[in-house]
Amino acid sequence: MNFTLFVTALLTGISFVAVVTILARLISPRSFNAQKEEPYECGIPTRGRSWMQFRVGYYLFAILFLMFDVETMFLFPWAVVMRSLGPAGLLSVLFFLFILVLGLAYAWRKGALKWQ
Amino acid sequence: MFNFNIVSSWIHGLLTGVMPEWAAILIESIVVALVIITLYAIFAILLIYMERKICAFFQCRLGPMRVGPYGTIQVLSDVLKMMTKEVINLRQTDHFLHNMAPFLVVTASMVTFACLPWNAGAQIIDFNVGVFFFLAISSLGVVGILLAGWSSNNKYSLIGAMRSGAQIISYELSIGMTMLTMICLTGTMSFSEICAQQATEGWNIFRGHLPAVIAFLIYLVAGNAECNRGPFDLPESESELTAGYHTEYSGMHFGYYYLAEYLNLFICAGMASTIFLGGWAPLHIAGLDGFNMVMDYIPGAVWFIGKTFFVVFLLMWLRWTFPRLRIDQILSLEWKYLVPISMINLILMALIVSFGLHF
Repeated sequence: MNFTLFVTALLTGISFVAVVTILARLISPRSFNAQKEEPYECGIPTRGRSWMQFRVGYYLFAILFLMFDVETMFLFPWAVVMRSLGPAGLLSVLFFLFILVLGLAYAWRKGALKWQ
Repeated sequence: MFNFNIVSSWIHGLLTGVMPEWAAILIESIVVALVIITLYAIFAILLIYMERKICAFFQCRLGPMRVGPYGTIQVLSDVLKMMTKEVINLRQTDHFLHNMAPFLVVTASMVTFACLPWNAGAQIIDFNVGVFFFLAISSLGVVGILLAGWSSNNKYSLIGAMRSGAQIISYELSIGMTMLTMICLTGTMSFSEICAQQATEGWNIFRGHLPAVIAFLIYLVAGNAECNRGPFDLPESESELTAGYHTEYSGMHFGYYYLAEYLNLFICAGMASTIFLGGWAPLHIAGLDGFNMVMDYIPGAVWFIGKTFFVVFLLMWLRWTFPRLRIDQILSLEWKYLVPISMINLILMALIVSFGLHF
């Protein structure tokens, strides 16, 4: 039943956007103008495309995020059964977290968190 | 407390009495879809009106006053206006991705909206891994924002999308960590069980005392950043990037981003009220039986909506009080302060739960 409802919600989102877009295209006016199709930047014609190389800082943060997000994913099952695992589980997770903090400290020390 | 399961199982029994099971499920799905769309639209309109009014009062203005009494139908007429405006497709954009991005953003917010527990039994999607599912789906929205910025072929959009991507994925970490902290306390990931537990044992923010309060504060900051709002609104900072990642969207295409932004605010506040403030669980004070009896008479949906709007008001207050940060300040706030604090907080909570120090 839950999966049925999940698919229902998913299809609701998709069909909502599709139906409203079609409706908007039907009732909205349409006119053609060469100037209108220019990208909006600052008034003068744009120079070059914007699909270009971008600064690497954003990607560094994305890589760091990947590492920590996977770690959070591993911790979720532990958090659910934490009480029944007891001290042994707690110790191993502490060790796991210690390694991760080491990773963050390394990235920090190397200057990956600095925006320059 | 009234359990909504009585109503839904009564409808199911009624429908299966007159038709085969698949037809009953089909009709129920259509009803659920209509309910989702109606609530989605109503809450988006309410929040937009509330934001405009609160913003105005913070700035000693009146806000919308002309359309309807106290400007109440201003937002409705705005929606009508957006519907009747032309949807422009620019010459050099990537048309397929440009048209696909609103689908991702709206679908992600709609599915997460369906996860909210409104009352006992009145929850549309209720997996036993609910929190995990919520985090997974809500990060789909980032893909939509990145696609919108990238496909627009506009430098402002690209910068806005990149900032937004870096900011949202960074702060998602804090959201995951704070939710993890609370799951340590509750021992379950299903939203309905989290709420039911809080109805009998007290709200999580009181049960988990110090770590829960720290987690709640971190969640508020991270949630504000997740919605691209408040002091963290630099993906769409009007004064530098015109409108950020949705600069090139017009008419109803822009409307989807507007809708999804406010719904994300509502979902973020709803999650805060579910996980920390008890969801539909009424306020109980141990020892005051008369008070508890009176509180039990207030329906769960009223409690949930009330708490959610309280958190929404907190977030709006934050937004209209603080000036905008820079991108490096935002990222260092997350990586140098919030991530270490929430890790220590997680360990603290784990120790408190394993030694039984919580209430």
